[in-house]
Amino acid sequence: MLVLLGTDDWILGTVLENVISRFRNTFNLIVLAAVLVGQVLGLAVQVKRPDDGGTRLIRVWTIAIITPFSRGIIHTEDWVSEKWHSYIWLRDVRKENEELQDQIVQMKMEQVRLIEDANQARRLQLLLGFKEQYISQTVPAQVISTTGSEFSRAIYIDKGTNDGIKPDMPVVAPEGIVGKVLRTFSTTSLVLLINDPTSGAGVILEKSRLQGILKGAPNGSTVMQNVMSDEKVSPGERILTSGGDRIFPKGLPVGTVASVSPGADLFLNIRVRPAATLNTLEEVLVITKIEDRSPEGVDQSEPSRRAIDILAQRLPTVAPPVPTETGTGTEAAPGKPAPELTKAPGTTASTAKPKATEVAGGATTKPATPTAAPDKPKPVKQAEVVPATKPANATPNATGTPKDAQPQ
Amino acid sequence: MTITQAKQERIEVYRFSPAVTIGVPFLALVMQAFIPVKLHFFNNFDLPLLVTIFFAVARRSQVSGCLTGAIIGIFQDALTHQPLGVYGISKSVIGYAASSLGAKIDVENPGSRLLMTFGFFLIHEAIYILVARGLVGMNLTWLWGREIRDAFANAVLAVVVFAVLDKFKQQ
Repeated sequence: MLVLLGTDDWILGTVLENVISRFRNTFNLIVLAAVLVGQVLGLAVQVKRPDDGGTRLIRVWTIAIITPFSRGIIHTEDWVSEKWHSYIWLRDVRKENEELQDQIVQMKMEQVRLIEDANQARRLQLLLGFKEQYISQTVPAQVISTTGSEFSRAIYIDKGTNDGIKPDMPVVAPEGIVGKVLRTFSTTSLVLLINDPTSGAGVILEKSRLQGILKGAPNGSTVMQNVMSDEKVSPGERILTSGGDRIFPKGLPVGTVASVSPGADLFLNIRVRPAATLNTLEEVLVITKIEDRSPEGVDQSEPSRRAIDILAQRLPTVAPPVPTETGTGTEAAPGKPAPELTKAPGTTASTAKPKATEVAGGATTKPATPTAAPDKPKPVKQAEVVPATKPANATPNATGTPKDAQPQ
Repeated sequence: MTITQAKQERIEVYRFSPAVTIGVPFLALVMQAFIPVKLHFFNNFDLPLLVTIFFAVARRSQVSGCLTGAIIGIFQDALTHQPLGVYGISKSVIGYAASSLGAKIDVENPGSRLLMTFGFFLIHEAIYILVARGLVGMNLTWLWGREIRDAFANAVLAVVVFAVLDKFKQQ
């Protein structure tokens, strides 16, 4: 009997165990299914709703918990590094200083030449009514974290809405563009890198001026799309931003063409080597303000100077031609405040006592505007349009008209 | 009874203190986000996945493994610019599968841990890409060379990480 009872217990125990085990397995599967279905539904909602699908709170919490540690480590490392290099490790500083001084001298000489060229370019742009995009404000930021995923190429920076950062602001490094601000938090921002498959930037090839779209590839490389296969693109050619995406200002360096091969759908497959080292970014600049404005900073009093005149000035002593009474001397040195040239028209202007409108016309070098002689347009001597007619204290405003010579 | 006892003895279920339960996944997420700033190749590792596998195998509870994977995965999603749930779904499945496997075979020695992590990493990546392409519409491709390389690297790292985490086990 005891033996039988023991056997019964054993059988009952086994049956119960099997039932519980089966129920437990079913329960486990139900939990798994519920967790998966819940997340799939959540994904569906997020895909449908562009504003994060109501997940912003979770993201804010996660960022608020995770990034302070990264920020603390980075800032501590910077502090230690700064102290080390500023106060302890000063080896070769004297030698480096001398080398830098030499570089400054060379760069100053180079600067003189570049300023002249830039002024000339601005004058031409002004004549064409060209408007440039100026980067007028930037915020430096430090990379404090990544997304930690090979499928999401983005970084976190230590600047957020408190520092004036907004979504879609371009982010650059000294070497070239990096990406754009995707999400902002109070003290942190998420920057989508240009090598992420979901990113895009309008770019242009420097020499051939072919435009395309820069995209990230799934393997982490960057490619330039939408260039027809019958176009000629050579490896090594520089790529710049085209400004067509309305995010990046025009003319910023993007990278170089690494390789070119025929792609699908009659387009070239152009692989791009980014100028900025996206894998080792430590500090970046967020462009917080871009302005569209006409070129400034050019001395409007000498707009008629031509490149050949500037070259002529640089050449060793060339005897200036003697101006004739008809005032053809302007052709010899237009805009040049040579004594012979300034005297004749200056005299004309002072003796004739021109109206304010006439002075203004002279200052802008326009030959006799209708306001100068509205009644009967008489022929004007060339000498009268020389800038020397401008009063000495007249400062040109943005339109090139002297402020003191405005019509009353 | 004896058989039941013997069976129960074969399956060792471990527990962890609340500090370890919360602290280790948190530390894994912080390291996963921070280390690639200095060492970019660390992006190929998936510390949160290794932690999910470790807890699932040690606890040997499918529900616990599934929920642990889901929570870690959703927090990992929150760090990316993608919708929440892609990592969550993949890690839920892995947590469930790892605890099921842990309840059936011995996964305590380094060899079995290496093989187990290798396999789970590949499954995790496959589910991730499947979900990302199918549900989110992301442009991701399966690259065999990269996946095998990363799976092996993660398996080697798992042997080291699991050995360290073994110290926090409570029977």
